[in-house]
Amino acid sequence: MIPAPAFLSNPERFMAFSRWAAPGLALIATALGLAGLWFGWTAPDDYQQGATVRIMFIHVPAAWMSLFVYACLGGASFLALVFRHALADAAAQAAAPLGAAFTGLALATGSLWGRPMWGTWWVWDARLTSVLVLFLFYLAYMALRASLDDEVKAARAGAILALVGLVNVPIVHWSVDWWNTLHQGTTVFAKGGPRMSAVFLTPLLLMGLCYMAAFGALWLTRIRGEVWKRRAEAAALRAARA
Amino acid sequence: MLHLETGKYAAFIWPAYAITAAVFAGMIVSSLGYARRWRKKTEALTDHRADPQP
Repeated sequence: MIPAPAFLSNPERFMAFSRWAAPGLALIATALGLAGLWFGWTAPDDYQQGATVRIMFIHVPAAWMSLFVYACLGGASFLALVFRHALADAAAQAAAPLGAAFTGLALATGSLWGRPMWGTWWVWDARLTSVLVLFLFYLAYMALRASLDDEVKAARAGAILALVGLVNVPIVHWSVDWWNTLHQGTTVFAKGGPRMSAVFLTPLLLMGLCYMAAFGALWLTRIRGEVWKRRAEAAALRAARA
Repeated sequence: MLHLETGKYAAFIWPAYAITAAVFAGMIVSSLGYARRWRKKTEALTDHRADPQP
């Protein structure tokens, strides 16, 4: 069995840990966001994109988070399915709406960038289509969990769906390398280092870290909500039996 | 110095930032509300406050 950190394996310890970790991460996210916005709005216009380069500072981190959150959802689902870890199931359930929000944000802001730069709001190329599929996986996961009354069955079915959807994560990431796409290729995590000027890379990375810290804070908060929910349901069941 | 002049791209840049702000606000409100709602229900059912923060 994979040893889990104490705060992850015990709900009481998790609640004690997340009580200060969630607001701490929120503070870090706020500071990083303010710094990222400052560097983003003091950067000069890009020679090709003009002022629309500023959309990149909010779009690209959302796209990163859409994949990262799905990896979290998949990992938590695996732990819940294989090890029947209650907190892992709560973590998976808590990640899905946040992942859907980040993916929807990536699609919306990407579309707002694409219209002036590509001349179209949408194109069915490999990157955009695979991100749309990712978004649909998030929605399907939430719909499936909401549609089943039996929590155990809902958790198992959701975990299986989440693991199936993991196949799409590398497709999204490498879609720009595997196919000819209108979407530009890998820029930040390219071989040989980022293909981007430091004046743009700095706000992009700051905003990326901001999104990551914000997700951490919100994820912990939602997991706490899931723990409270399960406690409330258990207490209601005890009361009904008494 | 801030470059707030977005010229002909203003119709795309400002909505992108507005949508981002709205999505973050939605995530924050819904997450805090969800945690707070279930904490209160748990407290009402168990009548104790072991961990009062959402």
